[in-house]
Amino acid sequence: MSSSQTVELKPKDYKSDIKPVWCPGCGHFAVLSAVTKALAHLGLPREEVALVSGIGCSSRIPAYVSVYGFHGIHGRALAAAQGLKAARPDLTVIVAGGDGDGFSIGGNHFIHACRRNMDLTYIVMDNEVYGMTKGQASPTTAPDWAKSKLTPHGPGVPSFNPAAIALASGATFIARGFSGDPNGIARLLVEAIEHPGFSFLQVLSPCTTFRPEQKEWKKVVHPFAEQEPTANPVEAAQRIQADDGMSTGMLYRTLVPVWQPDNVATTQVEALEGGFQV
Amino acid sequence: MEAHSRMQNNHNNAPHPTLSVAITGSGGSGVVTAGHMLLQAVAGAGYYGLMARSAGPQIRGGESAAMLRIAPRRVDCLDDSYQLLIALDWLNANRFAEEIPLTGDSVIVCDPAAGEIPPEIATYGARVMEMPLKELAKGIDGGRINMVALGILCDLLGLPQEAMLAVVEQTLARKGEQVVQASQTCVRVGYDSDKPLSLEAHLPAVDAPPPRWNISGNEASGLGAVRGGVRFVAAYPITPASEVLEWLAPNLERLGGSLLQAEDELASINMIIGASFGGVPALTATSGPGLALMMEGLGLAVASETPVVVANVMRGGPSTGIPTKSEQSDLNIALCGFHGDAPHLVLSALDIADCTFTTEWAVRLSESLQATAIVLTDQSLGQARALVDPPRRAPAGSGRRTAPPCDEPYLRYRLTDDGVSPMAIPGTDCDLYTADGLEHNEKGTPSSAAQDHQRQLDKRLRKLAGYDYGGDWARISGSGEHCIVTWGSSAGAAEEAARRLTAAGTGVRVIAIRLISPLPVQAMGEALTGVRRVLVVEQNHGGQLFHYLHSLQLLPADAGLLARPGPLPLRPAEIVARMTEEM
Repeated sequence: MSSSQTVELKPKDYKSDIKPVWCPGCGHFAVLSAVTKALAHLGLPREEVALVSGIGCSSRIPAYVSVYGFHGIHGRALAAAQGLKAARPDLTVIVAGGDGDGFSIGGNHFIHACRRNMDLTYIVMDNEVYGMTKGQASPTTAPDWAKSKLTPHGPGVPSFNPAAIALASGATFIARGFSGDPNGIARLLVEAIEHPGFSFLQVLSPCTTFRPEQKEWKKVVHPFAEQEPTANPVEAAQRIQADDGMSTGMLYRTLVPVWQPDNVATTQVEALEGGFQV
Repeated sequence: MEAHSRMQNNHNNAPHPTLSVAITGSGGSGVVTAGHMLLQAVAGAGYYGLMARSAGPQIRGGESAAMLRIAPRRVDCLDDSYQLLIALDWLNANRFAEEIPLTGDSVIVCDPAAGEIPPEIATYGARVMEMPLKELAKGIDGGRINMVALGILCDLLGLPQEAMLAVVEQTLARKGEQVVQASQTCVRVGYDSDKPLSLEAHLPAVDAPPPRWNISGNEASGLGAVRGGVRFVAAYPITPASEVLEWLAPNLERLGGSLLQAEDELASINMIIGASFGGVPALTATSGPGLALMMEGLGLAVASETPVVVANVMRGGPSTGIPTKSEQSDLNIALCGFHGDAPHLVLSALDIADCTFTTEWAVRLSESLQATAIVLTDQSLGQARALVDPPRRAPAGSGRRTAPPCDEPYLRYRLTDDGVSPMAIPGTDCDLYTADGLEHNEKGTPSSAAQDHQRQLDKRLRKLAGYDYGGDWARISGSGEHCIVTWGSSAGAAEEAARRLTAAGTGVRVIAIRLISPLPVQAMGEALTGVRRVLVVEQNHGGQLFHYLHSLQLLPADAGLLARPGPLPLRPAEIVARMTEEM
């Protein structure tokens, strides 16, 4: 039985044999492809990678990738991933999900994962809609989008700005990709996985079923005006404020100490018990 | 019959003399410090003891009370009343009147300079011994009232002065020689001062005391966790569970584990699930409101068969309730709070030392069965401190059953006879799988097929229902046609009530249930063999155990119920009175 470490793995080796539940034309297929390409490019042994998710269309991705997967509950992927990383720092831990999972029900965890800066990669496939529950507005939906029965006049509140929140919360790597460019996502992912600290990758990933107008995204996405990411949070904030939300590429990258317990034992349980003896 | 073989445990059936003393005072008067030092001196003198504490609602500077019971043998509950109350001052002391019942034989030691005895306390009609505490302390350079009080207590309780002086040295050494000298002088002055009254009861002398520990219930739970192998803890602070987490934080670090302070309980439960998925035994501690927030995550742990343990230290509820006071009212949520059909373990610790045994056992069972476990303790155990026999180790179980590398075809949720399927830990070659909260087939692939759902539900039930839990499911004592069935912290008062009734001529059996779910029904039936009258005793309003036992058809139709909510502790006398009515 040959170990996977001794064989050079191709992107297809990281694909499982389970057929995705996603609709034809769904942007998430490109993310799945990019994940497998990035893992193959980095040559990571499959058993040393864990892909953790919550609930939603995009959160189905762990089962489609041939690594260790954890498909948890709605909004809590980052929490499960941070527990896993704290206990098993040797693993490469990737977290994936959607905009509702990450920014609405999981919003608090997003903030605290950014500021905790554990060495994780977080991919949010953002299609500005809840797809699995059949088309409700999410935090990133425009205020005037009136196609949902739940919000017939549109959500009526300004949309959430993921990059701004990530920056304000202390994320050390912020980038954005587009499903129309899987190789671009794969390149950003390689950088994100290699970055020591919390890497946030937002992927504009159209929902062809509930947001068919997003098919037009390919015409409006464009690279960030500045080719290189900044390490200056003030500069990053200015770029975010000037951004129309459709820029792709790397926005911000900085090096800040990573939170990771050292997990080195210096004593045994029996030694602790001595403290209780009278 | 296994149940009966455990009837003679470390309890001696004859009631033994005990002394109960309360110390009260305003914030900064050093009540709690004095309580801890008295308990240490009790330990040094060879006795056992229990110390509960109570505080006003203020975060800082509020009044507090230390309540101790001292005995030649182990004690698991507070007594019906106190022989001695020493008030360092009377500021807001009326708030403790209900918690510190006195009798006409009791002695109140107080300083006339502190003013009148509050009417709520005076109404007990106890004997009063006025002593110039403030003046005595003032006469000593660096003197403190609480240290003078310790000297007085030492004399009245019949404890050797040397034991107290040694504790002063030990406790205050880090504050410098001057402080130690001053405090020791206070103790001597208090000890030697004239005392016109004395206590009616005395402690018998003890020789060759056995090894004992001085431990709080929350520390004991933390120790049980690491004894069971827990090496990852996620924590969100909550009263009265925080001390479990605060004990674990530095000690896990020493053991090569880690503690992560989470942003909320939704995070902490999912963090421990993530860590356990990674192969590291994991636990969190919380109280009712936190447990409620964790419920969805606990369902995930059950469905994905990821072993986790929640130590739930109960307080008065519902909602914010009475955060600093005890109640046994989270049994319903622990048993029935899960969505879906979700078999899991619910255990209750029966005394302070048992927090170690039961928490360790819960971790061992959780790991062996890849199951979710909730351990119920409460504020009266968690935040109390006792001198106890060193707690015994829990049965080790089989440990987590893991899959060997390249166990082809690897089926994470394989349908095995005992329901437990080998778990591949990330890092294990080839056995890649996705753990899922979605219903799944044996491989782990999501499935909504009726057959897969039925089979996986059966398997998750089978692994718990078919396990042999042995004799530790309950602590059974006494014999006779009358039986008290109880759980958790109420066991101490119930067992003491039974010993008193037995000594008075009516044999009473006590079944204190440690493994509440799944309850070994056959063993419970055997334990109840020959019983004519049953009284269920618990500290809540609704009779939560009572209704649960009825739902399992384990109680006779005429079973009685003594369900009394917190915050006041259940006292042996009220159980004796109720049992006498039942008879």
